[in-house]
Amino acid sequence: MAIIIDDKTQVLVQGITGKQGQFHTMQMKAYGTKIVGGTSPGKGGTTVDGIPVYDTVREACENHKIDASVIFTPAFFAKEAALEALEAGIKVVVIITEHIPVHDEMEIMAYGKRYGATIIGPNTFGIVSSGQCKIVIPPNPYFIPGSVGVVARSGTLTYEIVGNLTAQGIGQTTVVGMGGDRIVGLSFVDVLKLFEEDPETKVVVLIGEIGGDAEERAAEYIKIMTKPVVAYIAGKSAPPGKRMGHAGAIIERGKGTFEGKVKALSEAGAKVAELPFEVPVMVKETLKS
Amino acid sequence: MKLYEYMGKELFAQFQIPVPQGKVITTAQEAEQVALNLGGPCVLKSQVLSGKRGKAGGIVFADTPQEAKEGAEKLLGQRLGDYTIDMLLVEEKISIEKELYLAITIDSGSRQPILIASTQGGMDIEEVPEEDIIKEPIDVLIGLKSFLAKDIVRRMGFPLLSPIGKELVNIISNMYNLFLSKDAELVEINPLAVCGKKLVAADAKITIDDEALFRQQDLPRVEENTEAEQAARELGLAFVELDGDIAVMANGAGITMGTLDTLAYYGGKPANFLDAGGGTGVEATAKALELLLSRNPKAIVINIFGGITRCDDVARAFATVKANREIPVPVVIRLVGTNQEEGRAILQEAGIEAYDFMQDAIKKAVELAHSS
Repeated sequence: MAIIIDDKTQVLVQGITGKQGQFHTMQMKAYGTKIVGGTSPGKGGTTVDGIPVYDTVREACENHKIDASVIFTPAFFAKEAALEALEAGIKVVVIITEHIPVHDEMEIMAYGKRYGATIIGPNTFGIVSSGQCKIVIPPNPYFIPGSVGVVARSGTLTYEIVGNLTAQGIGQTTVVGMGGDRIVGLSFVDVLKLFEEDPETKVVVLIGEIGGDAEERAAEYIKIMTKPVVAYIAGKSAPPGKRMGHAGAIIERGKGTFEGKVKALSEAGAKVAELPFEVPVMVKETLKS
Repeated sequence: MKLYEYMGKELFAQFQIPVPQGKVITTAQEAEQVALNLGGPCVLKSQVLSGKRGKAGGIVFADTPQEAKEGAEKLLGQRLGDYTIDMLLVEEKISIEKELYLAITIDSGSRQPILIASTQGGMDIEEVPEEDIIKEPIDVLIGLKSFLAKDIVRRMGFPLLSPIGKELVNIISNMYNLFLSKDAELVEINPLAVCGKKLVAADAKITIDDEALFRQQDLPRVEENTEAEQAARELGLAFVELDGDIAVMANGAGITMGTLDTLAYYGGKPANFLDAGGGTGVEATAKALELLLSRNPKAIVINIFGGITRCDDVARAFATVKANREIPVPVVIRLVGTNQEEGRAILQEAGIEAYDFMQDAIKKAVELAHSS
């Protein structure tokens, strides 16, 4: 078991002929992801690494059953690509693209809701159901099957922590990157609920960061979860009021501070790590007990 | 991108949101002239990007053009928080009977725009109790239609057919049009002044989404970064100056913050936050390194866990910089992830061993910085 995607998920790559699209298509294929097609307007009929390329998403859907689409298109074109996937009936849309205007993101989410689709991202590394299916960027060797569910806002920090878990022989069910932007398709709570219901997930790792109130909302749900949660919040030493890259990582009005988030999560019963490399230690202890 | 008050008010005027008469000036002579033209008591408002200007003494009233001149002389060149006052907005003084609050911003929780309204506007809006604040998420597929504006006005307690009620409905609708068409993250009027049967936006706070500036060519550009921050921005990197002595480069905001946290844990002080982002190529990475070197740190720590970023690109960037100039400070590199082997081979040729774990690399960087 895993959440959202598994070994049967058939994937379409939108923007497959671009540099990133091509590179990561090959990486995903190497991981075992079932990539059935790609799109690139005007390049229909060609192939990338043996994968058929179509002009439009509709054309791809006429030829294959597609469960999930991954979008690599540039920011100014990403909304169009996401709506194209939704309109064609694809129920899982993963948007890798960063720097998408926030008004476009809000529109994408509103349509996602209307079409009953799960949107992962934007500005995400994607999602991996370890050993079954990897949609997008994470480097292959660091994801091995196991019983830990991971949900995060930030990509590289997730590789860091998952890499450390894997180095200690602790595998994962599914690793979900919600995306680093202020508007993303999934919340911590959405993903925690899925892990709570997934029989194979024994422990959940939540990787958050300062800014916003996503972790505080998560804490409310953790209170009623039966599964243990280990959390790490990045940004303890970040100076207040400074923008730290992610639009979301802004401390304002005293909300979203490191202390506030740690307090909310600890009170909800989560174990909170001080530093990234303490997470595997805490997970190991939790799995034993 | 935050806009100055006067820019915000120009946009308000374009969108039929009433604003006081006034003009932005940069000299005391101009202040006197504008006050003369306004022909009555006026107010001088410092044009800086921080809030709480009134409490900090950045707003001065003047009854005569002479007083306006004197007030401007006093304010111009003064420091206000982190800013120097170099522009003033000289406006007619309005007699305010009541202060309202209106804002539209982005709500991460509902993934929609949200309208915030209160009849208790003014300087202490942050202390107004929750129950006196109306919060209404807006379905972007419907937009903020007149029926919703009317319902907000009803809940604010104004009769819909009263002059104020009608005007409020218009202002709310116009604010949303502005918010939408200018890719705003925030449009705030605080206070929205009730003056007899009229409403006037006495202040304007507008923030535009940086990611949408490419399609907002008509808007002015406001820069509030330091020079180094601006240089990094042009390279597509997120850079924030800090006051320590160990330069940091990592890829991704989260791991960069994690690197700072770990650095602090080992007793080091970061000189900066530099998120080289995902998929940054050789050239931009090399320039980022040059930027770090130009600030004379005691050590540099590079922490890369490559996903979309390729280790060989980072290694090539380092090798390029090293071939072109002397690097007078120790550089510690942690390099794992996509194309790790190629990257490490390049580094080895350049005479540097990469670390596997970030804590080891960071600990080493702190040691080297302390011993130099």
